[in-house]
Amino acid sequence: MCTVVLMSIGHTLLGLLESGPRHGYDLKRAFDEKFGHDRPLHYGQVYSTMSRLLKHGLVEVDGIEAGDGPERKRYAITDAGITDVERWLATPEKPEPYLQSTLYTKVVLALLTHRNAADILDTQRAEHLRSMRILTDRKRKGDLADQLICDHALFHLEADLRWLELTAARLDKLRQAVVSS
Amino acid sequence: MSAVRQWSRDLAMGVRFAFGGGREGWTRTLLTAVGVGLGVTLLLLTTAVPNVLAERSAREHARADHTFSQPERPKGPDTLVVADANTQFGAEDVRGRLLEPEGPKAPRPPGVDRLPGPGEMVVSPALKKLLASDSGALLRERLPYRVTGTIGEEGLVGSQELTYYAGATGLAQRIDSSSVARIVAFGEDVRGQEDERLDPVLILLILVIFTVLLMPVAVFIAAAVRFGGERRDRRLAALRLVGSDSRMTRRIAAGEALGGSLLGLVLGTVFFLIGRQAAGSVEVLGTSVFPSYLTPTPALAALVAVAVPAASVLVTLLTLRGVVIEPLGVVRTAKPSRRRLWWRLLLPVGGLAMLYPMTGKGRENGDFNQYLVVGGVLLLLAGVTALLPWIVEAVVARLGTGGVSWQLAIRRLQLSSGTAARTVNGIAVAVAGAIALQMLFAGVEGDYREPTGKDLRRAQMQVDLREDTKATIDGDNGALAQLRSTKGVEQAILLSHSYFSERAKNPEHTVEVTVGDCDALRLLANLPTCRDGDAFRLTGAEYDEDRTDIVKAGATVWFDPSADGDKGKEIAWKIPAGVRTAPSVDGLHGYRVGGMLLTPSALPKNVRSTLYSDIYLRLDRSMPEAADHVRNTAWRLDPLAGAWMWESTQESKKFAAIRQGLFVGAACVLTLIGASLLVSQLEQLRERRKLLSSLVAFGTRRRTLGLSVLWQTAVPIALGLLLASAVGLTLGAVLLRMTATAVRVDWASVLTMTGIGAGVVLAVTALSLPPLARLMRADGLRTE
Amino acid sequence: MTAPAGSLLVAEGLRKAYGPTVALDGAEFSIHPGEVVAVMGPSGSGKSTLLHCLAGIVTPDAGTILYDGRDLARMNDAQRSALRRSEFGFVFQFGQLVPELTCVENVALPLRLNGTPRKKAEQTALEWMRRLEVHDLAGKRPGEVSGGQGQRVAVARALVTGPRVLFADEPTGALDSLNGERVMELLTESARSSGTAVVLVTHEARVAAYSDREIVVRDGKSRDMERIV
Repeated sequence: MCTVVLMSIGHTLLGLLESGPRHGYDLKRAFDEKFGHDRPLHYGQVYSTMSRLLKHGLVEVDGIEAGDGPERKRYAITDAGITDVERWLATPEKPEPYLQSTLYTKVVLALLTHRNAADILDTQRAEHLRSMRILTDRKRKGDLADQLICDHALFHLEADLRWLELTAARLDKLRQAVVSS
Repeated sequence: MSAVRQWSRDLAMGVRFAFGGGREGWTRTLLTAVGVGLGVTLLLLTTAVPNVLAERSAREHARADHTFSQPERPKGPDTLVVADANTQFGAEDVRGRLLEPEGPKAPRPPGVDRLPGPGEMVVSPALKKLLASDSGALLRERLPYRVTGTIGEEGLVGSQELTYYAGATGLAQRIDSSSVARIVAFGEDVRGQEDERLDPVLILLILVIFTVLLMPVAVFIAAAVRFGGERRDRRLAALRLVGSDSRMTRRIAAGEALGGSLLGLVLGTVFFLIGRQAAGSVEVLGTSVFPSYLTPTPALAALVAVAVPAASVLVTLLTLRGVVIEPLGVVRTAKPSRRRLWWRLLLPVGGLAMLYPMTGKGRENGDFNQYLVVGGVLLLLAGVTALLPWIVEAVVARLGTGGVSWQLAIRRLQLSSGTAARTVNGIAVAVAGAIALQMLFAGVEGDYREPTGKDLRRAQMQVDLREDTKATIDGDNGALAQLRSTKGVEQAILLSHSYFSERAKNPEHTVEVTVGDCDALRLLANLPTCRDGDAFRLTGAEYDEDRTDIVKAGATVWFDPSADGDKGKEIAWKIPAGVRTAPSVDGLHGYRVGGMLLTPSALPKNVRSTLYSDIYLRLDRSMPEAADHVRNTAWRLDPLAGAWMWESTQESKKFAAIRQGLFVGAACVLTLIGASLLVSQLEQLRERRKLLSSLVAFGTRRRTLGLSVLWQTAVPIALGLLLASAVGLTLGAVLLRMTATAVRVDWASVLTMTGIGAGVVLAVTALSLPPLARLMRADGLRTE
Repeated sequence: MTAPAGSLLVAEGLRKAYGPTVALDGAEFSIHPGEVVAVMGPSGSGKSTLLHCLAGIVTPDAGTILYDGRDLARMNDAQRSALRRSEFGFVFQFGQLVPELTCVENVALPLRLNGTPRKKAEQTALEWMRRLEVHDLAGKRPGEVSGGQGQRVAVARALVTGPRVLFADEPTGALDSLNGERVMELLTESARSSGTAVVLVTHEARVAAYSDREIVVRDGKSRDMERIV
């Protein structure tokens, strides 16, 4: 839950390679350590991503070590790869508009069917706060990385919660609008 | 833009801020206005004082009925016989006149439309009220006349004056040179009368009194202009933020103060008008006035109207001198530099230097230089205001911590000793001035207050019957018997006096003769034995210029001898054998009489007509109304009889008036200062509302906070009073030296004045406790 | 509704009006020893009034408040003051430190009000300031420290007497989120380690997230969010 939803594992791995060539397994470990607290990458995921990057010429194979286990390729980033990472970092992320919200739908439906919309909001609110409490607790025990990641989530949840409060306060108006139209 | 326009624009903007700053701005402006208003009220009252004095004396002159220089005139259609019938009721003086018109055109006293007929009287409103009240019962016995009207305002000197005019008959026969006279008009021509010149020492006193009373008012107004300073600072910072420069901001601040003080002028005028009306219904130390008297002298009132707003602008600019107003807040640059002592000391030293050359001058060497006196006193008192902040800062910084309340108070004082000192300044100046004045009074009192020498242990009252009713003294139902049986009289003594000489005409010597029964005579001499018929020659008399050697057995002497044109009765008397000598003792009047003492039988009947008699009464002191019973008896004997209380001292009238003025003034000033202390105290509490509530939240006892408020006022006040005593004593000593009087510290007055100062503190603390309790309620925690 | 057993502070049917304004209209509350309960709600909903009633600062018009089995409504002002002095601690949004006293004197104040000698009180105060990481501010006056530091001093002062209940009314309201979080962390940590229950009034969800349980006040009525689900 606390993981940043990674839109681009490829770019992340590329970035990790910038500091120097690595084995696939090293890449996975470095990724997990820094970003994948909750959901570590599968090795297969690394492998498939690297193959894609190879194909696009963003990485190259630096060497192969034969050993007991799986074959160990060492990957290095190419100049094209560096340019790609740069471009990715410089491109702002599109803010999430959340224009379609399940919660909003639930509330309107409840109003249309004359169910208790306030209860729905309160239930959601309690649920949100419970999550926030868990995150806060984690944040307290974790290191700086943990704190930043959890804060990101906390702020989002808080924003949701504010929306819940606001909606609760405007429920009567909403009911009028929904029922009359 | 010209400087003048710039100034007036900024000031005007400040004035607008003063009135348009929302509720908070209003509160601040109102506080300043009320403070300035109170000060203005007092100033206006002061400017009205000359008018009050003039008005009172004009009224007094207008109703004057007879003077000692009254020419004798015949009865006519326009004559009126008027007799003094003053009396006292309790401690109050009642002015009374008996009137007997002798024709249709008889004059009427001012304020009386119709002369009262026999058995009727017209009275002042205050007397009417008193007579109608339960407490006036004893007075009703003495004034049984029917009330037919009230005396109008023009016939009264003060609103609370007790006065009556009663109609009477048979007064014409009793006309004499003193208390009964025939007149054709009321009022006295004051023109051409030489003004009584006040003596230099009295002028000095009046100058000092005015300086001493007005100085605290000035200090007070200066303090009032700064009310709510902290909030204002925040607003000024906001002004800087929107782009006004530092000078503009100062001028705008001055404009705000100007707005407050202008409103203060209006309020002050309103207060004054209200106070003027109220003044009609109070009596302070036997003095009351009519509202119409309280009319400010135009020139002085104009001066007040100009000086007060100007002063408010100046004070604001001065206080902002050490302050840098930045867009993000107000920084006090004056704070870090410690207060310096030297220039503060310069003020009192300068004051002393101005007064010193006049020491030892006394009243014989002409008038004092008024400018030097006022300047010197002002500088000395200004020294108090300058020194006090330094002393408070220096002392408070060294005070250790005690209990919680003490710690809270001291820490606050350490942070803002200036505020504390400013509030106390007014009281310190007033007390210093008052101590100096009291000392001056106590010192010169001897010159203006004479001991009467009367012995109050043996008699407290004297009844004087007029010559024409003397015959009624003796006998079972005589005056003496009636007085003896009056309620509250323990002893009534009759002493009669006369004198004889060695020749019937143009004698060289006279010998005093006192006649009375043995009990009465024992008050004057040490008599081992005494029977009726005895005669004594006194020895050891105090004023024995009488030639007692003419008192020899068998010698013939003459009572009431003739002298030059004045024909006496020339009654011869042979001094009997068996006259004994007796040592004279201190008599009722406080000295040893001389001459002869005679018991009634020792005196031939025909001598009686030459005697004049006094009755002395000893009263039951546990009975406060005894004196009024005596006055009632005396009135029954003769409405014109005099009955008065003895006093151990007699004050010079003018001196008493000045002293009264000082007391009235000091009372007003201290009340005013108390009010200002209260205002700043409340303001301080209001600003700390949130803090107070949170202190209460975690369980601070109200007592602790109350005590800390007390300490916070009491510590600077104690320091202020200490300094005030020192300066006051110095000033008093210098003033006494100026009047060439021995310097004597009047500790009683020092204690009294500091006590009054301390009383004001306690009163202020007590009055700020209820609001404190209210502020300490949790409402302060509510976030609006 | 009956309060859960073992509650330290229980309130039922609280009603309070300021003139025509109804601040509380049948609110309920309970807290266990050592529990941190957040009181949330829109502004003007009556949450501060609820805190003031629970702390015995304001007497409700109706309802009962039992602290440790004793009814606050039946105590007189002196008794309630004494209770606040010894059993309760307080942290407010701002304006609670006496500006003239140094920080350590401020923290020592509640102890001194209870009669502890100055030296000893200030020693204890210093220890608490160390726990809240503000001991190097001991000699400074509140005006000379930052908002976050000031609030930590205030928390130290609230905890210095070892209260059983700490009332915190928007304790981070005037702080940025970083400082606010630090204050909340230290506050809840210190309270938990000394077994102090905390009544935390706030309108910020992230502050409320430091609690164990949440109560929402709306229009003077309270709602325990744990019991909805």
